[in-house]
Amino acid sequence: MLKQCEGSHAVAATVALCRPEVICAYPISPQTHIVEGLSEMVRDGTLQNCEFINVESEFAAMSVAIGSSATGARSYTATASQGLLFMAEAVWNASGLGLPIVMTLANRAIGAPINIWNDHTDAMSMRDAGWLQLFAENNQEAADLHIQAFRLAEELSLPIMVCMDGFILTHAYEGVDIPTQAQVDAYLPPYEPRQVLDPREPVSIGAMVGPEAFTEVRYLAHAKQMQALKLIPQLAEEFQAQFGRDSGGLIRTYRTEDAETVVVALGSVLGTIKNTIDDLREEGRKIGVLGITSFRPFPTAAIGEAVRYCERVVVVEKSFAVGVGGIVSRDVRTAMREHPHPIYAVIAGLGGRAITKDSLRQLFLTVMDDKLEALTFLDLDWNAVNRELERERITRRSGPIAENLLRDLGVVAARVG
Amino acid sequence: MTATIVKFYQTGTHTVGNRLLDPEHRSVQADMRRTNSLNSGHRACQGCGEALGARYAIDAAMQATDNQLIAANATGCLEVFSTPYPETSWQIPWIHSLFGNTAAVATGIAAALRVKGRTEVRVVAQGGDGGTTDIGFGCLSGMFERNDDVLYICYDNEAYMNTGVQRSSATPGAARTATTPAVGAAPGNVFGQGKNLPLIAMAHEIPYVATAIVSELRDLEAKVKRAMEIRGARYIHIFVPCPLGWGTASNQTIHIARLAKETGVFPVIAAEHGELTKVSKIRKQLPVEDYLKPQRRFAHLFSPTPNLAAIAHIQALADRNIRRFGLIDAAPVGAAAGAGDN
Amino acid sequence: MEKPFAITLDVGSSLANKTGSWRTCRPLYVDRLPPCNNACPAGENIQGWLYHAESGDYEQAWRVLTQDNPMPAVMGRVCYHPCETSCNRGQLDESVGINSVERFLGDQAIKLGWKFNPPETVTGKHVLVVGAGPSGLSAAYHLARLGHRVTIQEAGPFAGGMMRFGIPKYRLPRDVLEAEVQRILDLGVTLQLNTKVENIEESMQTGKFDAAFLAVGAHIAKRAYIPAGEAARLLDAMQVLRGMEGEEKPMLGRRVVVYGGGNTALDVARTAKRLGATDAIIVYRRTREKMPAHDFEVEEALQEGIMIKWLSTIKNMSDEGTLTVEKMELDEKGFPQPTGELETLETDSLVLALGQDVDLSLLDGVPGLEIKDGVVQVSHNMMTGRPGIFAGGDMVPSERTVTIGIGHGKKAARNIDAWLRGELYEPAPKHALAEFRKINPWYYEDAPKTVQPTLDQARRQSTFEEVVGGLNETNALFEARRCLSCGNCFECDNCYGVCPDNAVIKLGPGMRFEFNFDYCKGCGICSVECPCGAITMVPENV
Repeated sequence: MLKQCEGSHAVAATVALCRPEVICAYPISPQTHIVEGLSEMVRDGTLQNCEFINVESEFAAMSVAIGSSATGARSYTATASQGLLFMAEAVWNASGLGLPIVMTLANRAIGAPINIWNDHTDAMSMRDAGWLQLFAENNQEAADLHIQAFRLAEELSLPIMVCMDGFILTHAYEGVDIPTQAQVDAYLPPYEPRQVLDPREPVSIGAMVGPEAFTEVRYLAHAKQMQALKLIPQLAEEFQAQFGRDSGGLIRTYRTEDAETVVVALGSVLGTIKNTIDDLREEGRKIGVLGITSFRPFPTAAIGEAVRYCERVVVVEKSFAVGVGGIVSRDVRTAMREHPHPIYAVIAGLGGRAITKDSLRQLFLTVMDDKLEALTFLDLDWNAVNRELERERITRRSGPIAENLLRDLGVVAARVG
Repeated sequence: MTATIVKFYQTGTHTVGNRLLDPEHRSVQADMRRTNSLNSGHRACQGCGEALGARYAIDAAMQATDNQLIAANATGCLEVFSTPYPETSWQIPWIHSLFGNTAAVATGIAAALRVKGRTEVRVVAQGGDGGTTDIGFGCLSGMFERNDDVLYICYDNEAYMNTGVQRSSATPGAARTATTPAVGAAPGNVFGQGKNLPLIAMAHEIPYVATAIVSELRDLEAKVKRAMEIRGARYIHIFVPCPLGWGTASNQTIHIARLAKETGVFPVIAAEHGELTKVSKIRKQLPVEDYLKPQRRFAHLFSPTPNLAAIAHIQALADRNIRRFGLIDAAPVGAAAGAGDN
Repeated sequence: MEKPFAITLDVGSSLANKTGSWRTCRPLYVDRLPPCNNACPAGENIQGWLYHAESGDYEQAWRVLTQDNPMPAVMGRVCYHPCETSCNRGQLDESVGINSVERFLGDQAIKLGWKFNPPETVTGKHVLVVGAGPSGLSAAYHLARLGHRVTIQEAGPFAGGMMRFGIPKYRLPRDVLEAEVQRILDLGVTLQLNTKVENIEESMQTGKFDAAFLAVGAHIAKRAYIPAGEAARLLDAMQVLRGMEGEEKPMLGRRVVVYGGGNTALDVARTAKRLGATDAIIVYRRTREKMPAHDFEVEEALQEGIMIKWLSTIKNMSDEGTLTVEKMELDEKGFPQPTGELETLETDSLVLALGQDVDLSLLDGVPGLEIKDGVVQVSHNMMTGRPGIFAGGDMVPSERTVTIGIGHGKKAARNIDAWLRGELYEPAPKHALAEFRKINPWYYEDAPKTVQPTLDQARRQSTFEEVVGGLNETNALFEARRCLSCGNCFECDNCYGVCPDNAVIKLGPGMRFEFNFDYCKGCGICSVECPCGAITMVPENV
C-alpha cells in the first residue's frame, strides 16, 4: 500500500513486518524516529512477540543483539555516526561470531567537530568490520532492503548494515509502498539460527583462536561474503517476483550503456546525479551513473564489467580518508584492474553540505574534459582553507581549526573572538 | 542434668560434604553427579581461585535450574583458560563476546528466551573484577537498572590477572600490581574509596545482591540457589584469590580467602531490594596482618620496615566492614549449640 | 548444529588437554595412626568405632569396638582413658569423651542384648586360662572367637578378678560386670570357679590343654611394718574391698584412716565413707602432684568429704587407735624426708593401701621360667620361658590397670593362636602418628566436651550407687561427632570439592576417593584443606 510517510516511519513499519524478536536501541540522531516507531508498535501490540529494550549505550545495543541473536532470536538495532563508533568493538564481534543481526545505519558525519548531518564516514569506518553493507538510494529502497537484509543475513549467518542517508532519507516524506504481512512472510521465513545457545545442545561460542587458525577464520568470513555476491542478485530477483519491485541487487546502472564517463556513487545522491546526467544526456554528452547498493561485499566483477568500455570514471563520495583521499574510489579502482581508465575521486557532501545539481554539472563538465585533479573536493571554500593554512604557517599554535574557520566565515558571533 | 545438645554434625557445613547431614543439606559439590560445568583440562594456573569459584557457582546454578542454563562470559582469565581453540572446558551453553559487554549480552539472551517463551532457561553472566567493576560497569549498571532477568557473577581477584596483574578498581589499597609498583613514597595501590560493587548494586535496589567467598562453599551455593529463585537482575560478587597475582602458594587459595573473611577484609553478606538480609559472621576474628603477610603483593608492608600506617589503614577498613555489616555478634555465641548455617 | 570453524566448540572437549603434565608434586592419600588408638592399652580402634557411632549405628560401633575389647561397659567406667589424654581435640577445645561413649555403647549392648558372633571355624585346640580377671577374660574371649576351646579356672567364687575385688561398686555396678562376663561365657567359654591352680604343669596335663594363659591378679596386699597394739584395728585394702563383695561388710568404725596414695587408697576411703564413717582420712607421704592416684578420683573423693593429710607418714598405732604421724618434707629430688615433727591422729581403724603382689606359687617347679621383682618375665609375644605357657596382666612387668590387662589378654590370645598353628604372630605395621599439626581445625564445629552427669553429693555420702552417670543417646552422639578422625579419611568430600581441576574422583560412600592424575596439576589445595590430614604431597619424579 502506497503511503506518504517519513523515511524513518517507512523503515520502522517494514522492519516490524519482518517480525523481529528483539529490538534494542539507544537514541542518536538521525536514527531516533525509526526506533521510536518500533517502540510504539511493540507497546501498542502492533508488533507482537518482540522485546524492545532501551539500553544505556550503543555498545550495549549491539551487545544485546549479539546475545539475543546467538539465542536464536531475530535481532535488530539502529544507530548512526558516533553511536556506530561507540559500538565498534561489538560490531566486529557480531560479524566474527557470525550473527545475522540487521542494523539500520542512518548515515551521519563523525566528529569532532560534532556534526549531526549526513555523510558516509560512519559506514566507511566499519567497512572492514565483516558486515555486509547495503546502501539505499531512496526510502522505498531503504524499506525494501531491510526485508532482503533479514533474509540474506540469516541465510549467510552474517550481520548486515542497511545504510540510509541521515535526514535526507530518514526525515524525508515520500510515497513508500509498505508491503503486507503476508507478502513479507512469504518472502522471509522464520529465523533458523545456524548456531544457538540452548541447553538442549550446549556449545561454547566465542573461543579464543590463536595463530594456528585465525587466518582460516578470517578467510572463511571472506568466503561467506563472496557467496553473498551471488545471493544478493538472486534475492533481489525473488523480491521482484514477490513484491513487483526492482530493489536491491549489487549495483544499479543508469544510462551507462554507451557512456564515456561513468559516475559512481552510493545512497541518495544518486537521485541528484541522475537528474544532472539526464540534462547532460540531452546535451549529447555520453555520461551515465553506477550506484553501488552492496558496498560490502564489494561487487568487483560487476563494477569492472559495468565500467569496462567507458573512458573515465568519477567517484562522488560522501566520505574521506584523511591523509589518503577517497575510500570508495580506491575500491572502484581495484575493480578496474583489468581495464584501467582514469579515475577521479570527488569528495562531496561531508557533514551534510548540500550537493547541488549545479555543482555536479560543473564537476562533470570538467571531468569530461579530463581537467579534474585525481582528488577533488566539491565546493570547497578555498579562501577559508588557505587563510587558515597561512595563519598556521606563520604561528605554529593557532587554535582549533573549526573555530577559526567559522570565525572567518562570520558564522561565530563576535563574543567568541 | 540438663544437657540439651541440639544437632551437632562434627564438621557441620564447613566441609564440602558431610555424610551425617540430611541429603538436602549436602552441597552440590559433594554430589557425585555434579555437573562439573567447568570441566577438567582447563588451563587455569595451579590452585586458581577463579576456576574453583566458577565451578562452584555454575554447578549450583545448574542444579537450581535443572540444567536449564546459558552463560555469557566476559573476556579475562576465566574465558581464556576455559576456551582456547580447539578445546572448551564448559559443559553448558556458553558465549564469550567481549570484555565489557557481558551484562548486555546476557540481557539479549534473556530477551530472546522470553520472546520464545522459554523462561525456564535461565541466564548467568560472569566476568572478573576488571570486566565488572571497570570496563563492563556501564552495561552492568544498565542491566541492573532495567532489572533484566540475569544473574551476574563477578569473580573478584582484585586485578587484571590475564594481562599480567595490573590494577583494577577492585585492587585494594597498598597492593602491589604491575601498574602500582611497590616503590616511591606511597608504595603499591593508592588508598582511594575503592569501587564497592556490591554496595553499588544494592543502590540499584535490584532484587538480590550477595557476596560470597570460595572458602564458604555452602554459603556460596545457597546464594546462587537463592538468586535462582528470584526473577530480575541479581548480582553475586565472589572473592577468588589468585596465587599468581597475589604471590601466594598454590595450595593456600582457600586459606587466604578464609583469612579475608575472618579479618573482616571481605564482608560476606546478602541483600534483597537494597536491604541487608544475611550476614555471614566472623567465626574467629583475626588481625589483618594475618591476611596480608602471606601475600607477596603486600610484602612491602612488612619489610624492610613495617609500614604501620598502611597496615592500620587496612585494619580500619576491615573494622569499618565489621561495624557496618555487623560481622561479629555482640552477644557471646552459645557454647555447644549449632551446626553452622544449614 | 552447524558449528562455525574454530569459533564454536563442542562442550567438554578440554578433556583432551591432560594438565597432569604440569605437576611437580602429587597428592597421596594416607592413613595415619590416630593418637587415641595409639594410646589405648587395649589396642582399641577407637576412631574406627566412633565413626559408626557418629552416624548413630551404635551396634556396628559396638561390634568394631569389641573386636578388640569385649567389655566396653566395664571399660567405659573404669578405664583411665589415656586415649582422651592424647586426643588431638584436647588442643582445640577439650578431648573427645571417648570413655563415656564407650560406656554408652556398652550399656546399649547390655540393654538391647547384643551378642558376639560365634567363631566361624573350630580349631579343636584347648586353652587353659588361669584367672577370670580382665586379662583372663579378655584372652578367653579372643581365643574363643579365634575358634579355640577355652576353660577358665578361677580361684575365687566370682568372675571379674580385680574388677570385682579392687573396684568399688559405686564405680562399677556388679550387674554391668556380670552381664559382660556372661556374654563372654555365652561364646562357649567354660568357667570353673573356686578352682585354684596350684601347679600349672599338673593342671595342664590333667586337662590336656594345648596351651595356657596365666592371668593371676595382684591380690596380696603389701604390708608395711607399723608397730601397733594388739587391739589396734589394722587392715589392708584388699581385705576391705574383698569384704565388700561378701555378706559381712567390713567393720571400720566412725573414724577411718587410709595409708597410701594410689587409686586403691582412694577407693578404700570412699568406701569407708559410704559404710558410715564420719571421718575418712588419707595419709600420704608426698604431695598431691606426686600422688599416683588419678586426679579425677582425688577430686571426686575431696567432693565427698574425704580428707587427705599430705606429706605425712604413720609411725605407729596404739591399742586405742592413736596414730603417731610424722610430717615429711620433699628434698631436692622430690623424695619425702622425715622432719622429726610428730602429731597424733585418733582413729577406729587403719587401712593400709600400699600396693599388691601376685601369688606366683602355681609356677613353682616350672622349668625355664624367670621371675624377677615378683612378676614373670615374658617375651614380646607374651610367652614365658616355658613354651605354651603365656602370661599377662598383673603377673608380668607392666603397669597394672584393667585396660592393660585387657590388652594383654588380646595380645596373648593372638600369640597363642599363632603358636598353636606353629607360627609367629606378626602385628600389622603401625602407621605414622596423626599429629595435631596435620589437622586443619577450621573445618570442625566448635563443641566443648559433654560433661557426664554426676550423682548428687548427698547420695554419694551414703550409697554405693554409681557416681558417674552415662550419656544419653543425644549427648553420646554429640560426643562421638566431636571426633576429628585424625589422619584417616572420613569422607568429608573436601578434596573432591576443593580441587579446581575436578581431578578427584569420588568413589561413593565407604569407598573414599581417587586422584585423576591426568588432570591433577598438583596445586596441593586438597592436602591443605583436608580436615584430618589424610592427604600428603610427594615430589613428582620429573
